[in-house]
Amino acid sequence: MRLFLFIFKRDMLLAIRRRRELANPLVFFIMVVSMFPLGVTPDHAFLAELSAGVIWVTALLAALISMDSMFRSDYGDGSLEQLLLMPGSKVVLISAKIAAHWVSIGLPLVIIAPLMSFLLFLPPQALPSLIITLLISTPILSLLGAVGVALTLSLRGGGVLSSLLTLPFYVPVLIFSTMAINAAAVNQPVSGYYALLAAFLIVSILLVPFAVVAALRVSYN
Amino acid sequence: MFTFLHKYASPQYFYSWSASWQKWASIIAALLMSVGLYYSLLNSPADYQQGETVRIMYVHVPAAWLSMFGYMVMASAAIVTLIWRIKVAEIMIAQCAVIGASFTALALITGMLWGKPMWGAYWVWDARLTSELVLLFLYFGVIALSGAFDDERAGARAAAILTLVGIVNIPIIHYSVEWWNTLHQGPTVSKFDSPSAHPSMLIPLLVMALAFKAYFFAVLFKRARTELLLRERNTSWVKALLKEAV
Repeated sequence: MRLFLFIFKRDMLLAIRRRRELANPLVFFIMVVSMFPLGVTPDHAFLAELSAGVIWVTALLAALISMDSMFRSDYGDGSLEQLLLMPGSKVVLISAKIAAHWVSIGLPLVIIAPLMSFLLFLPPQALPSLIITLLISTPILSLLGAVGVALTLSLRGGGVLSSLLTLPFYVPVLIFSTMAINAAAVNQPVSGYYALLAAFLIVSILLVPFAVVAALRVSYN
Repeated sequence: MFTFLHKYASPQYFYSWSASWQKWASIIAALLMSVGLYYSLLNSPADYQQGETVRIMYVHVPAAWLSMFGYMVMASAAIVTLIWRIKVAEIMIAQCAVIGASFTALALITGMLWGKPMWGAYWVWDARLTSELVLLFLYFGVIALSGAFDDERAGARAAAILTLVGIVNIPIIHYSVEWWNTLHQGPTVSKFDSPSAHPSMLIPLLVMALAFKAYFFAVLFKRARTELLLRERNTSWVKALLKEAV
């Protein structure tokens, strides 16, 4: 636990020192969402129907482009290698890094999501489910993204490849989340979707750090 | 048992014993394929609703089964790679991925050809089509990752980890798209006590499925042997082999 807190604090401090980088995925999120009315139609009813999917796909992309920051700079300056050489559980260490990444990237996405829902006329009764699905699912995005990043860490241009590897694994998250939001928009029960997403989250928390540690071993060879 | 495993999995031994396996797999594939094609294309009833287009099924269904079977073989090779670091298994991963991706593409293409007259569209966003498409993406990821490393052995281990992450995710992806949207007909063969397919169609289908499996192993051994020679080109046994051949 002390190791977890130590790494978590270290990564949060680093994130706060690089405030400008933190804003990039958010700006990307806002920009891409605002492209849809321009590209498709500004029509109120049509956008309302589209909004859950658009917000979710854009959030996926924003999470993807920010995945690189999880390990890449630490890998570049060698500090990741030093951290891995520390005594203590590597799984805990990786979990702390992923948690810090989620707080610095995923959580801000959740916070500005209501703003996006106004831009796209999401039905107001669906807003709570948008926030809840994002809250449950963005940690899953960070966890699964960590595998892709860790596998491609030692490669040139690994960023694009890592997105290609990760995106198929995001399919269930996308499906359950948008189904929940669309169900909420027509006042249908949604707790089943939340339960599925939460189950997916728990399984990911339990299994993914082991896969990331194994992947980092390959990258350090 | 493990010394036995290591002996038969060493590149040199593998190269010698896999030659006859490859030969027999090819022969079995050719025999079953000719029998299966004869029955499925000429000597089986046309469907009372689908007419002659039902014959696409005899290629489509075995290809779709093989696309999943190929992933299972790849996952087994991945486990062996990560635990024992056996070179032959490392080679198998990328080769399985290429063959598996080809059959996934074949299943999708034959499905499209069948879908046009039956459903009226080449592509619908149906659950099975979508999960097959995602499977194709997973194969592409394994192929891309295993080829991206300068060190082939590191590439194989990275691909092995990705394969195993995929095997945990495949059922989740499958059921998520199932709930999302489904138009595809339900399984008609797996209900073994009372299959809803008539024997006159079921038997050619099973023969074709076995033929595809045999073909899979024939190609897998062929590709693995070639790749093995390429990777081991600087070892003494390959040089001795080449001298013998010349």
